Amino acid sequence: MTMAPEAPTTHGGIGSSPRRKEDAHLVTGQTAWTDNLAPVGTLHLAFVRSPMAHARIGSIDASAAEDMPNVLGVFTGDDFADECATLPCAWPVTPDMVQPLHPPIARHKVRFAGDPVAVVVARDRASAVDAAETVVVDYDPLPAVVDLERALTDEVVLHEDEGTNKAFFFSMPTGADVDETFAKADVVVKRRFLQQRLLPTPIEPRAVLCIPQAAAGDFTLYSSTQIPHVLRTMLSIVTGMPEHKLRVVAPDVGGGFGAKLQVTGEEVVAVLVAKRLGRPVKWTETRSETNLTMHHGRGQIQDIEIAATREGKLLGLKVDLLADMGAYLMLVTPGVPILGAFMFPAIYKMDAYRFQCTGVFTSKTPTDAYRGAGRPEATFAIERIMDELAVELDMDPLELRRMNWIRHEEFPFETVAGLTYDSGNYEAATDRAVELFDYDGLRREQEERRQRGDTVQLGIGISTFTEMCGLAPSRVLGQLDYGAGGWEAATVRMLPSGKVQVVTGSSPHGQGHETTLSQIASSALGVPYEDIEVLHGDTQVAPMGMDTYGSRSLVVGGIALQRAATKVVDKARRVAAHLLEASEDDLEFESGRFSVRGTPSSGTTIQEVALAVFAAHDYPEDMEPDLTGHAVYDPTNFSYPHGTHLCAVEVDTETGRPTIRTYVAVDDVGKVINPQIVEGQVHGGLAQGIAQALYEGVVYDDDGNLVTGTLVDYLVPAAPDLPEFTTDRTETPADNDLGVKGVGEAGTIASTPAVVNAIVDAVRHLGVADVEMPCTPERVWRAIQDAQEGAQR
Amino acid sequence: MARITLTVDGTEYTDDVEPRTLLVHHLREALGLTGTNVGCDTSNCGACTVHVDGQSVKSCTMLAVQADGREVLTIQGLADTWEGDGLHPLQQAFNECHALQCGYCTPGMIMASLDLLNENPDPTAEEVRHGLEGNLCRCTGYQNIVAAVRSAAVAIREGAGEPAPAREGVPA
Repeated sequence: MTMAPEAPTTHGGIGSSPRRKEDAHLVTGQTAWTDNLAPVGTLHLAFVRSPMAHARIGSIDASAAEDMPNVLGVFTGDDFADECATLPCAWPVTPDMVQPLHPPIARHKVRFAGDPVAVVVARDRASAVDAAETVVVDYDPLPAVVDLERALTDEVVLHEDEGTNKAFFFSMPTGADVDETFAKADVVVKRRFLQQRLLPTPIEPRAVLCIPQAAAGDFTLYSSTQIPHVLRTMLSIVTGMPEHKLRVVAPDVGGGFGAKLQVTGEEVVAVLVAKRLGRPVKWTETRSETNLTMHHGRGQIQDIEIAATREGKLLGLKVDLLADMGAYLMLVTPGVPILGAFMFPAIYKMDAYRFQCTGVFTSKTPTDAYRGAGRPEATFAIERIMDELAVELDMDPLELRRMNWIRHEEFPFETVAGLTYDSGNYEAATDRAVELFDYDGLRREQEERRQRGDTVQLGIGISTFTEMCGLAPSRVLGQLDYGAGGWEAATVRMLPSGKVQVVTGSSPHGQGHETTLSQIASSALGVPYEDIEVLHGDTQVAPMGMDTYGSRSLVVGGIALQRAATKVVDKARRVAAHLLEASEDDLEFESGRFSVRGTPSSGTTIQEVALAVFAAHDYPEDMEPDLTGHAVYDPTNFSYPHGTHLCAVEVDTETGRPTIRTYVAVDDVGKVINPQIVEGQVHGGLAQGIAQALYEGVVYDDDGNLVTGTLVDYLVPAAPDLPEFTTDRTETPADNDLGVKGVGEAGTIASTPAVVNAIVDAVRHLGVADVEMPCTPERVWRAIQDAQEGAQR
Repeated sequence: MARITLTVDGTEYTDDVEPRTLLVHHLREALGLTGTNVGCDTSNCGACTVHVDGQSVKSCTMLAVQADGREVLTIQGLADTWEGDGLHPLQQAFNECHALQCGYCTPGMIMASLDLLNENPDPTAEEVRHGLEGNLCRCTGYQNIVAAVRSAAVAIREGAGEPAPAREGVPA
């Protein structure tokens, strides 16, 4: 069932947009970013990094650095070899995946420009940086491995012990016989799309602070991380330090977008240096260091082939990816393209599907999750080729999609990729988007501009997307050989005064957990929004958690909280029945008050129950005096938000400059807890997806040097670079306790193909069939010129 | 070392600083005013924006010694410049309009917005976008920031602490 968004409910409850609890300290500068923290005596780290993409490390001469004032020591990879042999990769996607060692500081060889070779420890940051510049490293240069296809020839092998640059080959044939399906199809369209590498670019660079309590062997690690819990466990595994002696805190974290879903060498080194020197140790990166060493996103060559009947019915899909791993496999590097495997068929019905992916080592910064992680890449390719197929069939691209998508009455629907979509209404979202966009009016204008040969042409881009998020059912992750589960934990604790503490295992960095989770607790308990405190991001406060990524905090963590709150209400109901001398079955619970059915004057509030439980003078004999609820929720399915995004782009055919004129996003994220936050997530997602389409792209030269090493060279869009978005929602409740779906990645996943489809559509009549991303004016202009020259030949 | 005296958020501080020290590092490390953030090393992101003698400056582009004898206003002193106990209208409007998510760019974004409104008390959406082009936000897509600045503009013009409802009330 799909309905219009409901009117806001009570202030602070589900469906309302109370003012965010997070903001007061953020707008006044009373923040606790990791870099703001430094106990007395803190030592500072500066890394010596390789200027070469691929080289053998000869001698390392740190004597000058060691002699400088304020320097306490210089360490190389060999110094920590016994304590940490390798950083973790938690996702071996095939049994025979090549998994080379990845020491926190390089040993013997460097494999990307930025690979650390030594670390200087000094009394202050400036001294550390000054000293790091005096460390002399003797490099024996080797040829860089930059191009993916060339890497696979193994002319130059990055990890010599492994003998190959091929990390893995993953294959997933599903449904009917793919080759047979393609052989008998009327129409087959084949394309190659390039997914450029991107820099995730949270505005807060990474920072780490490790405070040892040497006598007890305890360590507290503050890190600008999305994953304090996973980080603690992984640090313990790779360093052998006892997990219960490690406390990890994610204080205020300034954005992540997947880039802080990582266990970094710098974090490990901070812990090991703090352990060795018995002093607090801190590292804060510069932005240039971020660009060089924070993992990159995307990086794929996509060969995609689609088969259909002449009438436009889809028959099958073949996908063959080359996925750029970079120099090493980091936490979930190999899993990123595999998440995409499930999303290429998208919202469409077809009988045959074959996905294969080759993971390739290159002498570049490792890749890993970036907002969407595998799903934007997949969505881009399918939505682009749907437009190409529509051209081939001479059909309206929207009609082609309508003809093939899963109809709302067909849910739940098992896709050819093996997922079961629980809910959706693509018709409703599309109808709403078409209406807001004035699709027919813009098509008319497009035709008029073409007719009169206007120098500014208009293109319309469509993206009817869905995605799998809310990671994830633990059993499914197990089948995919992922190293952990996908549950989330929550605790709800009623304090004696009737205030509430909520403890969540998810760990925010901008999403508004404190606000949204307070709203869920407020609705469940009938306690005012202001009386609820959400605790998170500290393994001492929230010992159990699986953290925040993959749009999971609400759909997994929020439901865990809902269940924990329900347990509190159930306990309170028993106490209330006891106090009111009534049967539990006769009690009603509304707006925080238990009352006896038929005798509304006889009742007690949940706050009064909390005080009674605290006093513990009078409570049921078979109960403990406790109003705490704890729940661990392991979902049985992923979450499948969807929507229709329509983009109108004007292309100046003389300069190639594309300008977004209208962007309409209608998203269906199920029931909405906080409309304002949902809209904010969509806006931010759109900005990043549009950035991939128009502006951003990592550039390496042939020697493996990062050309886009600063924010001067890498164009993160500013306010004038982005349009005003028109957003709306349809609400098709998901099949879970709250009816909610994930929203964090949807905008990014949907928007990139919408923009590129619009650009290509604007100049299609000039003979252009594709423009490589980012679609800069120069690239669009060249595409037009090349097409015109081709036509003249 | 050079001796400098700065007035920051109304308090006078005298320090000996290395001539190479950037203003932002002096604020953060010597004075402990960590409300002002560092987001890059090429003066692109604007996270470190403060006011020096009433004009916005990216405090990573100025040496501490260049600020000698001058008045610096940071996000931490902003609310005190507005009458009453509460927040400055820009701070209120950023909260009201959901113009921040992670909040790391916010101090710089607000200080840059203040400069913009000092120069143009009634900007169009387009003027806000161009006025803030030196400040990067990775979370919001800027739409709510534009709404917040325009909403605060109304509140500042009216001299009231409470911004007008922005989301529906102010045309984008």
